[in-house]
Amino acid sequence: MLGALIIVFREVIEAGIIVGIVMAVTKGLRGSRLMAGAGVAAGVLGAGLVAAFAGVIAETLNGFGQELFNAAILSLAVCMLAWHNIWMASHGRELAAEARKLGQEVRSGARSLVALAIVIAVAVMREGSEVALFLYSLVAAGGATARDLVIGSLLGLVAGVAVSAVTYFGLVTIPARRLFAVTSALITFLAAGLASQAVSFLQQAGFVSAWRWGDTAWDTSAILSDTSLFGRVLHTLVGYADQPSVLQVVVYAGTLATIFALSKAFAPRAVARPPEAPAPQRG
Amino acid sequence: MTYLLRTAAAAAAFAVGILGPARAEDLQTYSVTLKNHRFTPTEIHVPTGKPFFVSIKNLDDTAEEFEMHAPAIEKVIPPGEEGKARIRPLGPGRFPFFGDYHQDTAQGVIVSE
Repeated sequence: MLGALIIVFREVIEAGIIVGIVMAVTKGLRGSRLMAGAGVAAGVLGAGLVAAFAGVIAETLNGFGQELFNAAILSLAVCMLAWHNIWMASHGRELAAEARKLGQEVRSGARSLVALAIVIAVAVMREGSEVALFLYSLVAAGGATARDLVIGSLLGLVAGVAVSAVTYFGLVTIPARRLFAVTSALITFLAAGLASQAVSFLQQAGFVSAWRWGDTAWDTSAILSDTSLFGRVLHTLVGYADQPSVLQVVVYAGTLATIFALSKAFAPRAVARPPEAPAPQRG
Repeated sequence: MTYLLRTAAAAAAFAVGILGPARAEDLQTYSVTLKNHRFTPTEIHVPTGKPFFVSIKNLDDTAEEFEMHAPAIEKVIPPGEEGKARIRPLGPGRFPFFGDYHQDTAQGVIVSE
């Protein structure tokens, strides 16, 4: 029962922390709750489909369909997060001005919301499909132990949702004028972590194995194992890995640098404002 | 939308840049089978410092996730299927693997020597 609890808990927090961050980022934007709900619903549906067609996905592309599929959807999430951050950097000020003018009616935020709904859907689909396969294997086994394990899974689900809720409520207590900077940084690191995970899948499939790209860059498992709870949370938040490959490190740094540079490049030139002018209200 | 296109183009260029050196490898493959949620053999001996493939054949009627923490590997093997994962060059030591969905029984270790 404890084993099942831990497995489900781990998958749920990996998706849930991402959902929590995205919901905090879009809090107050009109339609953001609907978008988050639609993202979760699409993710759950997608998870069921991925689990149901696991065999088909696994068989394609010389048996590496699963890795390429995971790498592709992770890359999609990275692009969506990058685009959101760059879009917010370039429109943040006008968005804040509009928000003041029109209250909650920030219509121009809608496109960015779609990008974040896709991020939520991808996160839920990836982790959810593993939970679905796990639960199916429990139910298929049948018997008293199965009942025990299903109870464990449900407890894992509840605990995972609780941790995700803590993430969300922790973030939204940050003062509005700081929230934008905090969430921009969080999203950038989140994107870099997902990009690094995508690389891990590609390398597991034997891609990008030339030179020393696949070698272990360093080993910090003695200091912080990424299988510990804190390591797991850091893994989800900022992509922490205790034994990253060389290419994972390069792609991680490259993603951080790219998003940071593009956000800077697309940000409107700073206009001298009186110091008492209110900062952008939201992120 | 231009931002999206630019970002996508940058990401694609980046991906092509890193994927360029990718090539098919002819590596040693070590096979294990999974039956009644147990691996056979439970120990694989590999030479230190060389990458290799582990091939997992799932003879059970439920899916299993072949998983390793160090180095990180996760691969779902559907019932009746066979899946391969490339393992990076390992230093000397013992590297455990397990079936994530049946950790009580599905345990094994790669011994690098």
